[in-house]
Amino acid sequence: MKVLVVDDEKDVQILFEQRFRKEIRSGEMDLLFAFSGEEALRFMKDHNHEAVLILSDINMPGMSGLELLHQIKVKYEKPPPVVMMITAYGDDENYAQAMEWGADDFLTKPIDFNVLKQKLKDKINV
Amino acid sequence: MLAEPILAFFLILRVRKILRNTDQQNDWEKPIKVILYGIVGLFLAGEIFRLDYLTKWIWDLFLFGIIGFAFLRTEFSATRTLMYAVMPFAIVSFSKNVFEALNIEKYNFIDAYLKVGAAFSIVWLIAMAIVSGRQQKALRKEQAKTRQEEEQRKWMAIRKEELEKIVSERTSELRQQKEQIEQTLTELKATQAQLIQSEKMASLGELTAGIAHEIQNPLNFVNNFSEVNTELITEMHQAIDKGNFEEVKEISKDIEDNEKKIIFHGKRADAIVKGMLQHSRRSASGEKEPTDINALADEYLRLAYHGLRAKDKTFNATMKTEFDETIGYMNIIPQDIGRAILNLITNAFYAVSEKKKMAAESYEPTVIVGTKKTGNKVLITVQDNGNGIPQKIVDKIFQPFFTTKPTGQGTGLGLSLSYDIVKGHSGQLKVETKDGEGSEFTIQLPLI
Repeated sequence: MKVLVVDDEKDVQILFEQRFRKEIRSGEMDLLFAFSGEEALRFMKDHNHEAVLILSDINMPGMSGLELLHQIKVKYEKPPPVVMMITAYGDDENYAQAMEWGADDFLTKPIDFNVLKQKLKDKINV
Repeated sequence: MLAEPILAFFLILRVRKILRNTDQQNDWEKPIKVILYGIVGLFLAGEIFRLDYLTKWIWDLFLFGIIGFAFLRTEFSATRTLMYAVMPFAIVSFSKNVFEALNIEKYNFIDAYLKVGAAFSIVWLIAMAIVSGRQQKALRKEQAKTRQEEEQRKWMAIRKEELEKIVSERTSELRQQKEQIEQTLTELKATQAQLIQSEKMASLGELTAGIAHEIQNPLNFVNNFSEVNTELITEMHQAIDKGNFEEVKEISKDIEDNEKKIIFHGKRADAIVKGMLQHSRRSASGEKEPTDINALADEYLRLAYHGLRAKDKTFNATMKTEFDETIGYMNIIPQDIGRAILNLITNAFYAVSEKKKMAAESYEPTVIVGTKKTGNKVLITVQDNGNGIPQKIVDKIFQPFFTTKPTGQGTGLGLSLSYDIVKGHSGQLKVETKDGEGSEFTIQLPLI
């Protein structure tokens, strides 16, 4: 399963690689990283929607995670990938907007990786 | 014998007039009236009943009586000149009557004396009457003058009293007004202090969301790297048990790296909390300390950005930094300069987001924060590509309470406070703006 992680914090890459090291080692998961919404969109275009699952932060400079979600879910013709939002702001407004634009899930920071892993497994199985 | 009664009559009239002229209490009005009627009555009685032989003595007695009375009573002292005038006539008249009674008036020398005496007495009478008249006139003039002066004095005293009353009224009015103004000034000062405090709190409120975000991010790393390390240590134990020290080495290297991340992000959270505390602290207690101006500007740029993003989900802008790394540390009050920079950045973001609402799709809102060292000065610039500031209001933007934001959205104190802070650092706050193209604010600080 290819997962694209979008966050402007560079250390997110190291964190995810560590936390999913078993899954990466076993080939269960393939993690890709983008550090802005624009980069994520470019990646999606270049790699022909390779990723089946996108984990995106909301608050990023430039294009926000919500805009990215909107672009992916609304503007793409193909069946869109699963998009899960991860944000430091667990407020109702962000949540409602994310849900309106078709987010598949909504997680708040600090990330509970046990919960995240379970959710990822569920999404794949479905 | 007509002269005596007429003289007596006019003498009494004259006495009455003189008495009336004096300022003393005059109790003689009624007696004088009775006497006047008496004179007329006696005269008529004498004429009708041919009592001439009797009345001529009465007239003489009457004249002497009046003269004597005038010299005996002090209240008649003013009439004495008049009495001197009448005296010779009375004496001559009396002498004539005496001589007639003695039947010796026919003697030539006596007749001659009487004639001379009569002539003299009449001349004397007229002369003295004129003198008396003049005296009376002068007296009346003097009295009138005195009265006038007296009245004037009274009038002045009244006016003086009135004026003093007015002056004291005005004085108390002025004092009251002064007290009112002083009270208003005190209230104004208190309000100003409150407003400055509320402006600080307002900008703190704007930052709260940004701060929350900024803290959640490092905390996310701290928590998760810690958990990873716990897992790694378990794995390491397993590797030790297996005797696979190559793997142990690998795992311990990961643990070390993660530990570094934990420390880094822990410090980051710490710095944010400290920055927040500094921001809410009163600047009066702030002291200058060596500060990395680039780090400060960067911190507040991030805080402002995340704060706005938290408030307005649609808000978006490109942030750029152009820092001069050669500046090093400079001596400033970090929370004050931080507040000034924050105000400029917040305004810049506001400007670009306002333009975004109207501008074409291709418009890219951009805020650039830069620092530059020139000679012994450091320039901190905040540049935006918003709508710029119209020329007619550019002079007013540093004035307290001036704001272009809708009511309730801005206190109008942000730039004014920034201006004061920069002045307090012996620096300058300047603005360059082009209508429709954007603004650039520059804080110029001396490098000490």
